Amino acid sequence: METLITILAGVLVTVAVYLLLSRNLIRVILGTAILSHAVHLLIMTMGGLKKGSVPLLGEHAEKYTDALPQALILTAIVISFAVTAFLLVLAYRTYKETGSDDLDTLRGFKNE
Amino acid sequence: MKTNDVILRTVTKIVVFIILTFGVELFLSGHNNPGGGFIGGLVLSSAFVLLYLVFDVETVHKGIPFDFKKIAAFGVLLAVGTGVGAVIFGSSFLTQTFRELHLPVFGNTELATVVLFEAGVALTVVGVVVTIILSISEDV
Amino acid sequence: MNNIVVMPMIIPLLTGIILIFLRSHVILQRVLGMLSIIAMTGVSIYILKRIQLDGILRIDFGGWLPPYGITFVADSFAMLLVLTTSIVTGILLIYAFSSIGKEHEKLFFYPFVFFLITGVNGSFLTGDLFNLFVCFEVMLLSSYVLITLGGRKIQLVESIKYVVINILSSWFFLLAIAYLYGAVGTLNMAHLSVRIAEVGQDPLLTVISLVFLLVFSLKSGLLLYYWLPGSYSAPPTAVTALFGALLTKVGIYAMFRVFTLIFYHDINVTHTIIGIMAVLTLVGGSIGALAYKDIRQIAVYNIVIAVGFILVGLAVSTEAAFQGSIYYLIHDMIIKALLFLLVGTMFYLTGTAKIEKMSGLIRNYPLLGWLFFITMISLTGIPPLSGFIGKLYIGQGTVETGSYILLVIGFMSSIIVLYSLLRIFLNCFWGETIISEEDEVPLKKGMLIPCVLFGILTITLGLGAEGLSTFVQDAAHTLMNPEVYIEAVLNSNQ
Repeated sequence: METLITILAGVLVTVAVYLLLSRNLIRVILGTAILSHAVHLLIMTMGGLKKGSVPLLGEHAEKYTDALPQALILTAIVISFAVTAFLLVLAYRTYKETGSDDLDTLRGFKNE
Repeated sequence: MKTNDVILRTVTKIVVFIILTFGVELFLSGHNNPGGGFIGGLVLSSAFVLLYLVFDVETVHKGIPFDFKKIAAFGVLLAVGTGVGAVIFGSSFLTQTFRELHLPVFGNTELATVVLFEAGVALTVVGVVVTIILSISEDV
Repeated sequence: MNNIVVMPMIIPLLTGIILIFLRSHVILQRVLGMLSIIAMTGVSIYILKRIQLDGILRIDFGGWLPPYGITFVADSFAMLLVLTTSIVTGILLIYAFSSIGKEHEKLFFYPFVFFLITGVNGSFLTGDLFNLFVCFEVMLLSSYVLITLGGRKIQLVESIKYVVINILSSWFFLLAIAYLYGAVGTLNMAHLSVRIAEVGQDPLLTVISLVFLLVFSLKSGLLLYYWLPGSYSAPPTAVTALFGALLTKVGIYAMFRVFTLIFYHDINVTHTIIGIMAVLTLVGGSIGALAYKDIRQIAVYNIVIAVGFILVGLAVSTEAAFQGSIYYLIHDMIIKALLFLLVGTMFYLTGTAKIEKMSGLIRNYPLLGWLFFITMISLTGIPPLSGFIGKLYIGQGTVETGSYILLVIGFMSSIIVLYSLLRIFLNCFWGETIISEEDEVPLKKGMLIPCVLFGILTITLGLGAEGLSTFVQDAAHTLMNPEVYIEAVLNSNQ
C-alpha cells in the first residue's frame, strides 16, 4: 500500500511540475495546488499506513493510528488553501491590470 | 444580462438552509468525530458563496450586513483569546478545559473551551473565504 | 511554565487583529502599533535577562509536555533576534507613518506588518520543526500581502515570482519534514537531536538535511537568490526595508538552528556544502553589487553578500565564529533597514533610482549624505561601528579552523561592499548639485528621524558591543553545545 501511495504522489508531482513549467498563470497555480496534494499524501505515507481506531477517544481499540501526520496534513491543507486562494486573487488582479495571464508577456514590465 | 434562473433561485432558498445546518452539524460533531471548525467553516461559507452567486452582492448585503473581513478578524481574536484566557487563569498558553469555570456567561452548560477555539476557526474560515470570493467577483 | 515566552508572538498577533477593527482610525492604529512595539521590546529585554539567570526558558502549549506538544523555547540567540526585530520594526513604523500614505494605512498595512512580526518572532522562538513551517507561512502570507498592497503593475508582476518561488520552497520544507518524520518519528527539535545522536547521522539523514538546506537557502537567499532583487525593489520603501531587515534573517536563523542542533554530526558534508554555497553567494552578490547602476538593486545585492558572510560563520562552526555571526546578524538587521530607508528616501527625493542621474545630493541634504557615509563604513566593518566586531569574530573563526579561502573571500567581499556603496556615495552625494534650491523636494522629518535613529543604533551597537557580549557569548555557547538546549527542552520539571 505504501508503495502504491508513494507512486501516486510521484505521479502527482510529475503532473504538477509539468503544469508549473507552462506559461499560463492559471496552470501554474493549479500546479502548486497539485504539488501540495502530493506532499500531503507523502506525509501520510511517511507516518505509516495502518489500520486502527480513531486516535481521539476511548481506550478499547486494539490499535490506534498515528494522529500526528493527520494533524500536520490538516494544518498544511489550511495553509495551502490560503496560499492558493491568495495566488488566485493575485493572478486575477494581474490579469485585470495587465490584460495578460501569459508569463512570457508579463516579463516585459520591468522598467516602469 | 438577465437570465431566467427561477429554478436556481427556488432551489437555493431551500438548499442554503440545508447547507447551513450541515455546516453546524459538522462543526459540532468535530468534538469527538471527524469534523470541526475548519470543515464546518468551509461548508458554511459555501452557503454564503451560493447566496452571492444566485442573488447579487447588494441584495445579500442587505440581508447579511456584515463586513466579512471583520468576521475573520473576530474569529482569530476568539481563537487566540481562548489561548490567552488560559494564561490569565494561570495555566500554559492554549490550555483547553471542559469545566464551566471559564465561561460565566454559559454558566450552567457543560461546555469545553475548545468549542470557542473551533468557533473562532470556523468564523475565520467563513470570513476569509467569502472575502476572497467577493474580492474576485466585486468588479466583474 | 513560562507564559511570558509566548508573548513576543501573541502581542503582535493581538495587535494585528485589533488594528483590523480600527481600519479607518489611522491615528489610533499608529498609536496602538507603537505601544505594542514598546511592549514587545520590554518583554524581550525581560526574557533575555531572565535567561541569563534561569537558563533557557520553555513554554508547552496547552500543557502538553515535549516531545508531544508544541513548545516555544527562548534561548539567548532567539531572544536577541526577537529584540532586534521589535526595535527595527518600531523604527521602520515611524518611517512608514510619513511615507506609506493614507491609502495603504486604510488597506490594512499595519495589521499585516504585525502579522509578519508574529510569524518572524514565532519562527525564532519555536522548538518544533512543523511549527517552524507554520510560522514561516504566517510570515510569508503577510509578506505576500505587503508586497502586493497598492497593486501597481510592477508589484503584481514581481510578486507572482516571489509567491511561486516561496510556495515551491515551502513545498520542499514539507517534503523534508515528511522524510524526517518517516526516518526518525518525531518533529520536536530537541527530541530529533537526541534521536539522531542515538542512531547516528547516516547518509539518508544527511540527504534529508540537505533538503532542509535547500529550503532555508531559498528563504534566506543563500546562493538561490535569483528571486530576491526583483521582488525586493517593487514594494514601497518601508516594506522593502522590513523585508530586507527581517525575512532573509529568519531563513539564516533556521539554518543555524537546524545545523547546530540537529544535523551537526556529518560536518564534512553539510558544513562544507554550506561553505561552498556561502562563497558562491559572496561572489555572486559582489558581481551583482558591482554590475548594477540602480541603487535599489545595489542595496539588494548587499543583502545577498551579507547572507553569504553570516553563513561563513556557520560553515566554520567554532564558538568565535558563532559569536561573530550573531553580532553580524543583529548588525545586519539594523544596517540593512537603514540602507534601504536611505535608498528609498533618495528615490523619493530625486524620483530616480539610477546613479548617473543623481549628483551633489549632500549639498541639498547634508544629514542624509553623512548618514549614508556612516552606513557605508559600518557595512564595510570599520572599527567603531557595529559591522566590525562581527567581521572580526568570523575572521577569527576562519583562522582557527584554517579555512583561509573563506577568510579571503569574506573579506574581499567587504571591499566590494565598500566599492559598491562608495560608487553611490561619489555619484549621488558628491559632485555638482543638479537640484536647484527651488526644485528641492523638502525632506520630511518623519523620514529623517528613523534614519538618524538607525544611525545612532549602529554607532551604539559598535561602541557598546561589550554590553551585549554576555548575551552573545551565552547564545554562541548554546549553539556550540546542543545538550544545553536539549536539557532545557526535554527536562520536564520546569
